[in-house]
Amino acid sequence: MSDIEYIFNLGFLLIGALALLFFSVSKRARAGGRLRSMEAFQKLRRAIGLSVEEGKRLHVSLGNNSILGPNNASALVGLSTLERVAQISLIGDRPPVATSGDGSLAILSQDALQAAYRSNNALEQYDPDRGRQAGVTPFSYLAGIIPILPTEQVSTNLLVGYYGPEIALFCEAAERQGAFTLAASESLAAQAALYATAHEPLIGEELFAIPAYLQAGPVHQASLRSQDVLRWLVVFLLVAGAILKLAESVLGAPLL
Amino acid sequence: MKMRSPVVAAVTIAVGLIVLLGYFLPSLLVQNLRALLINWGVSLAGVAALIGILNLLAVHWRKANDKGNRNFYSLLLLLAFSVTFAAGMWLTPADPGFQHVITSIQIPVETSLMALLAITLGYAGLRLLQRRKGIMGILFVIGAIVFILFSSGFLPVLQQLPLVGGVASLVNRLPVAGARGILLGVAIGSMMTGLRIFLGADRPYNG
Repeated sequence: MSDIEYIFNLGFLLIGALALLFFSVSKRARAGGRLRSMEAFQKLRRAIGLSVEEGKRLHVSLGNNSILGPNNASALVGLSTLERVAQISLIGDRPPVATSGDGSLAILSQDALQAAYRSNNALEQYDPDRGRQAGVTPFSYLAGIIPILPTEQVSTNLLVGYYGPEIALFCEAAERQGAFTLAASESLAAQAALYATAHEPLIGEELFAIPAYLQAGPVHQASLRSQDVLRWLVVFLLVAGAILKLAESVLGAPLL
Repeated sequence: MKMRSPVVAAVTIAVGLIVLLGYFLPSLLVQNLRALLINWGVSLAGVAALIGILNLLAVHWRKANDKGNRNFYSLLLLLAFSVTFAAGMWLTPADPGFQHVITSIQIPVETSLMALLAITLGYAGLRLLQRRKGIMGILFVIGAIVFILFSSGFLPVLQQLPLVGGVASLVNRLPVAGARGILLGVAIGSMMTGLRIFLGADRPYNG
């Protein structure tokens, strides 16, 4: 990597960190501007409420990727989501179940569930089996999570993690079971498959908005606003780069 | 409500800082420290994988022994695991005969699932216009059909035609542009997720 790329990466990281700190501490920024209304999250809240009322279970899937891999951000978002969703739905007869395709994610999901039980002062009800590894390869993971739908009476699925297009088979199984599915993944292949099969698919960076929309804490909202700042910065840089490139080809000489 | 331990957060931040500094600073000390921490992480992930498999077996053991609702498939899983584990220990995973038997079971099963996936996605594509009645649903279906046709092999023929060639190349580049746009958003989101954890503002771990 060249020096300019290092400087660019560092600068981008610093701007992100400063924006996060600013939006986290600034009362004005926190109070100003509500999140735009998204139908997917309204339906998710309704589905969680119905699950609790009907005594059905909520299933949170954290994907089949390792936490050490480069595509682990969605799993980290999934863990924050799991804790928040567990806090909301612990009052139901059937506590939520979390599945993953990686050992370290399974341990972290148990940890997140335990934290949710602790914050609700119901630690004695915590069952470590509710956070489990369902398989070790993408297809074995799929084979492990499909039977959970009928056997554990799941009525709402929240898929937040890294998948391949094979996740479409799970969405179809959920559809046949009459279970609601909200799904988000950072994998492009999975996003395309989920768009065709999930009830509510989230595309691109919408994945990172889940904890903020579930009111997991002000820092998640601050993070969303920081993402917007960075996105505008990228848009500006891309447009400026395109104009410079065009100008160079018109003038026939390098400008920078 | 119990407060989360600040020590765990401090350790996380310190480790994150060292790994991040190792990315930007050429100092040998920081580089060595970064490599050491990453190696520890990899070793811990190996142990976690073992714990994950034990967790998988424990869950299926309980399902297989549930007298009220005994699960036959869990019993089958435990049996298959025991046989594979014993054979792997006896013959070693590098044994060609052992590998042949395992792949002869695994590949046909996964291929069948892939075939099922192709049919499922085709059917979902047909149903999509029913489910998503907006402009996005229509665009998605048109896009899928157009790019299936483009990738089916007649694009090079089109590209040789005088006026159509340019348009075909432009259309063929559209998915790349769209994918880059989505990936840029995902990259920014991933960076902010990392920063939240790095700054201790978000803790997807207990402690």
